[in-house]
Amino acid sequence: MKNGMTVEAPEASTLQRFVQSGVATPGNGELGNVAKSHIEVQKTVQYPDNRPVKLSIKNLVVGYLDNQSGQTTVAVDKVSLDVREGEFVSIVGLSGCGKSTFLNAIAGLVKHQYGEIRVNDRLVNGPGKDRAVVFQKASLLPWRKVGRNITYGLELSGMKPAEAREKASYFVNLIRLNGFEHHYPHQLSGGMQQRVNLARALACDPEVLLLDEPFAALDAITRELMQNELLELCEKVGKTVVMVTHQIDEALLLSDRVIIFSSRPANILDDIRVPFPHPRKGHIKDSEEFRSLMSQVWKIIEGNANIGGGI
Amino acid sequence: MRKVTVFPKSKVAKRQKIISFLLGSSVIVFFLIAWELLFQLKLVNPLFISAPSRVVLAEIAIIQDGTLLKHFIVSAKEFGFGYLAAIIFGFPFGIMLGWFKLLKASFGPFIAALQATPRIALMPLFIIWFGLGITAKIVVVLMSAIFPLIVNLQVAMSTIDPDLVHVARAYGAGRWQIFRSIALPTSLPFLITGLRLAAGRGLLGVIVAEVFGGSEGIGYMIEYAGSTFQTDKVFAGVLVVAIIGISLDVTLDRVGRHFDRWRSDSAVH
Repeated sequence: MKNGMTVEAPEASTLQRFVQSGVATPGNGELGNVAKSHIEVQKTVQYPDNRPVKLSIKNLVVGYLDNQSGQTTVAVDKVSLDVREGEFVSIVGLSGCGKSTFLNAIAGLVKHQYGEIRVNDRLVNGPGKDRAVVFQKASLLPWRKVGRNITYGLELSGMKPAEAREKASYFVNLIRLNGFEHHYPHQLSGGMQQRVNLARALACDPEVLLLDEPFAALDAITRELMQNELLELCEKVGKTVVMVTHQIDEALLLSDRVIIFSSRPANILDDIRVPFPHPRKGHIKDSEEFRSLMSQVWKIIEGNANIGGGI
Repeated sequence: MRKVTVFPKSKVAKRQKIISFLLGSSVIVFFLIAWELLFQLKLVNPLFISAPSRVVLAEIAIIQDGTLLKHFIVSAKEFGFGYLAAIIFGFPFGIMLGWFKLLKASFGPFIAALQATPRIALMPLFIIWFGLGITAKIVVVLMSAIFPLIVNLQVAMSTIDPDLVHVARAYGAGRWQIFRSIALPTSLPFLITGLRLAAGRGLLGVIVAEVFGGSEGIGYMIEYAGSTFQTDKVFAGVLVVAIIGISLDVTLDRVGRHFDRWRSDSAVH
């Protein structure tokens, strides 16, 4: 803002789109229109869902100052999103489109210039106990054994180690890390480290769990396995989750809704409801329906990339 | 339940260790024998070189008549106080220099200049300021030992993994919590390295300071023996200093290993 970046208030009249099922719409014919119109149009997709809104984002604008050019870049442009309790929402988009910035803003690690973020209707500004983030890199404290890595988040919130261990033990079992508490992180595989990372976040029992490309650093096989595990886990604990990923199949497998971000500055191109019922199994990826959904998402991203002037 | 298997050290590695130990010790033994022969065969003036056997005898003599203990206590005091003071001032100062960029910008050049100055060259000044007693020596030890600590801890702060800080912040950690849970553990191996370097420098400082001036301490004992042509006693004193230096280093190395268990290359379970 200091550098003359002006942010206008979003238009009051936002076009509301109602989508019954993501499979049926949008049709291939209107893909071009979707991509073209995204600049003016804010889409809020609604479908029958009576669960209370857990995370509410309204007209969020995130910009940052480029230290080298001295210019302000808008990474996220007036994004509104409501995530309901127990809902798993994925955000997909081209790399560098601002989806990670968006997630970091929700986490409170990046300041937003306009708009508001609410968790349980409470305004959020900065990091807090109500949210926990799982980053792409496990980033475990190498000098702490697994057990005390899992309780790290709890300890930071002022809990005593013994009490934290008790509280975390449920998740240690759930993520099948029992027996590993006394290992150092370097003794674990990448997949195991990422499970510890996940357990650390879950142990804090956050209102909203934020996943920033959680499996991107893993090899393909481990990634598949971890996706299935996360799926099972989320169905068990029923957490409200927002995940950023660039794997469309990962997003569709895990999520109730897939939000497609435009290229920078990011706003919502489409909001697709994933129709597969829970509990899901990894093999739904092989179904015809899954594949057509994948190609639908891909076409929207591709169409936007072409219009937006490249990748 | 899956288990992580840590393989024991292979036989090949063990054999290599034994071979290098044998090689190392045989060179020392060969040197001692050659030295003894040089003396016994009177190839060199015995007054100049002494001999291992005579050094051992001199050693026993100074232990028995209490000379060694008397001088050792003085040197230990000088070293101990100076070293302790170096830790008390150097540890927080080094960490603060690494932690606060403005502090580093302000004090960095001054410290670099001080560090480049050979401390022992300042000894005449210290004698003028603090006299020939214990204080001047403590100051020399302090000045010798403090810089490795400051420099190492300052470097430690710059090696803090920014990703860990990022995670801590995401969990709502404040600056003090980040310092305690990330900066301090990161600094530990650097502190140990700093302590080892500081011990070496401090020991050097105390001996040279005692040689320089004064009337007690192992350095003085060596200097006095030298100026009265008691070569055996000179070597006996040097041997004591060497043993002290090695034991300090080995102890600190052990302590360091204990705190370093989490590192992948030193993990033993």
